Amino acid sequence: MIPEIGFAAITVALALACYGTGAGALGAARHRPALVASAQHAAVGIFVLLAVAMLLLVYAFLTFDFSVRYVASNTNRGTPFYYRITALWGALEGSLVLWTWMLAGYTLLVVAFYRWRQREAYPWVLAVLLGIMAFFLLVMTVPASPFQRLDPIPVDGRGLNPLLEDTGMITHPIFLYLGFTGFTVPFAFAMAGLIRGRLDEAWITVTRRWTVLAWYFLSMGLLIGGWWSYHVLGWGGYWAWDPVENAAFMPWLTATAFLHSVMIQERRRMLKVWNLLLIILTFSLTLFGTFLTRSGIIASVHSFTQGTIGAFFLAFIALVLLFSLSLLAWRADRLRGQGELDSLISRESVFHLNNFFHVGVTFTVLLGTVFPLLSEAVRGVKVSVGEPFFNAVSIPIFLALIFLMGVGPMIAWRRASWAGLKRNFLWPVAIGAAGALVFFLLGVRHALALLTLGLVLFVAATMVHDFWRGTRARMRAGRGPVGAMADLALRQNRRYGGFVVHQGVLLVALGITGSQVFSVRTETSLRRGESIEVGRYQVRFEGLEAEEKSNHFLVTGVFTVANDRHVMGRMSPGKKFYPQEQQPIAHVAYRSGWREDFYLVLGDFSRDGQLATVLAMVNPLVSWIWLGGVVITLGTALLVLPGRRRDA
Amino acid sequence: MSWRRKFLLGGLVIAAALSWVVYAGLRGSMVYFVTPSELLAQGGAAAGKAYRVGGMVVEGSLDRDLPTLQLSFALTDGRATLPVRFRGTPPDLFAEGRGAVVEGTYAGDGVFLASTIMAKHSEEYHPPADAEPGYKELMRTLLKPGEGEAAK
Repeated sequence: MIPEIGFAAITVALALACYGTGAGALGAARHRPALVASAQHAAVGIFVLLAVAMLLLVYAFLTFDFSVRYVASNTNRGTPFYYRITALWGALEGSLVLWTWMLAGYTLLVVAFYRWRQREAYPWVLAVLLGIMAFFLLVMTVPASPFQRLDPIPVDGRGLNPLLEDTGMITHPIFLYLGFTGFTVPFAFAMAGLIRGRLDEAWITVTRRWTVLAWYFLSMGLLIGGWWSYHVLGWGGYWAWDPVENAAFMPWLTATAFLHSVMIQERRRMLKVWNLLLIILTFSLTLFGTFLTRSGIIASVHSFTQGTIGAFFLAFIALVLLFSLSLLAWRADRLRGQGELDSLISRESVFHLNNFFHVGVTFTVLLGTVFPLLSEAVRGVKVSVGEPFFNAVSIPIFLALIFLMGVGPMIAWRRASWAGLKRNFLWPVAIGAAGALVFFLLGVRHALALLTLGLVLFVAATMVHDFWRGTRARMRAGRGPVGAMADLALRQNRRYGGFVVHQGVLLVALGITGSQVFSVRTETSLRRGESIEVGRYQVRFEGLEAEEKSNHFLVTGVFTVANDRHVMGRMSPGKKFYPQEQQPIAHVAYRSGWREDFYLVLGDFSRDGQLATVLAMVNPLVSWIWLGGVVITLGTALLVLPGRRRDA
Repeated sequence: MSWRRKFLLGGLVIAAALSWVVYAGLRGSMVYFVTPSELLAQGGAAAGKAYRVGGMVVEGSLDRDLPTLQLSFALTDGRATLPVRFRGTPPDLFAEGRGAVVEGTYAGDGVFLASTIMAKHSEEYHPPADAEPGYKELMRTLLKPGEGEAAK
């Protein structure tokens, strides 16, 4: 009975979404407040119905209702309690429920915030949001119903994919989906603006905080995904340019471009069409990501359940693009930018370049991801391009972007003067060059690493320099140093929040450089009592241990580890054997430090426990990537504070 | 209009540079995906080049030496068999009678030196009875290496 109620809830929600789309649009076009109010009720109803559906699904998981196919495929009687709840988004159908529920939640916030404040645009925004929800609800009723029954009812379920039994997998999808769905709000405001033909900067200023928050969630989703890959998959890496990763990365790139280019529109009223294109592109790419990963058209290391939903998503993407681009073409005459570029050496032109590079990387990632499809369609040969391609193309662009990150916020609007350039950049350039030189003298000979280091120092120095000058000016006005800093940061929270986010990005860049360039790895076999040296570490194999867990059997290799200073103690990488899986999965052991991580993976072992193979890695600076995530969080918090003064 | 022209010119220069980087990147990292019979048919012409080869691990061909980490096995597509050598630990899902994709270079003397092994869940895969349709099915399943590669 429970699954039927759940299915009914989703079907009713679909009907409400279809009705609400029509009522909202009609109410907006004919100025009928009553119709808009009823669309609003529909939105509230959808949120409640989806919450009910989600709770019913959780209930089915908690009571082991294996008559529901989704439950039977994603849990078994051994699945621990928490993972029975998070199994909700362990596969496609449940993820869609979560996704749509989040979208309904964002819609409720729009209702709460903008019902009165944006009285004109609001009905259209509501109609667009409800229309998008209708699509997801349609997918949930026709090709991917989470409440589909299974007959005959199995005695036990298949179990959650063991790789997903991890805290990273609890949080990663939530952040990712909050990011993906978050971009629907600015998209809806943009569409409302286009429909009404009111194309001033309102849609951008109104949705600025939403965009920043969505961007933040997506960034965290990507970082947590990398962290999960690093500590679960056992290959010592966090990013592999896999199609699934690329699918989430592409909207992040266009969203980052968007966050920057809207500043130009707010300030100089330029790039109107471009900003609309970017938000359309970002929203479409979030859909495209789902299409790419769930349709099975691309080879990926991540295996997801696949079904017929690929066709639904493809059709919807086509519809979204057709709808939004025709609107854009229809309104093109009202979209002339008012501002003009005055000089090539100006903040505007740096932001133009920033956008150019972000979109360039997006295009490259897209090309690399779909290249096997293209080459097969065009030339009939199967060709793949792997990490070397993505690295070769994206690294130079990312370095250029880091450079621009230092220049953009400091250079003058309109036209930079030579004196201004000298004042802003003389010291930072000197510091960057000196830093690179110091590391060169210390023995670092890797050109790319030195370049990255120099650039990162340059950018950090521009920000410190700028902040220090602002503080000094306030101290001259009689404030103490701490008060001056706090006052500056809070009064210009958009500027300095952005600085903090940039510092976080720099930390991530350093972490990636350190771990990619200076990583050391050894794979070897060890007899019991034998030891090896890896970098400054000594590893001794002490033997094997085995243990029975609630839903798997764990074999661990015991290793004693010491570095050049002290004994670090035991590390126990292992292999987990799940009865429902044919092969074991890795259980990584690693020690994290500021300087580097020491990472151990157990390979094969002989049955008598006398011999084992082990992969040992020294990964410098990896933890800086995660620290960068924390700093980005702090920066975003400062950024979205209600500012006391509008300031760029 | 001179700023506009300058800006367009600058944009074009950057776009050209970007395209060149993309083109060079594609040329440098393109790897052909072939089957054992396609590779062996090329003979000496394929020697020393990088390939990705997909096939089934022949039953009984697996030879593993734990102390040296050496691994040798044979890959087949039902028509030809290619001996493969590898040093290291294969992914968790790698086993005899299953699909696998290897990446590496062809030594020319009939042996493939693999640098990476990607394994594939073979639940959906059935050994080819007839070479042609079986081969299609094989390529279809192998093109999606599945979670096996996660353990690389």
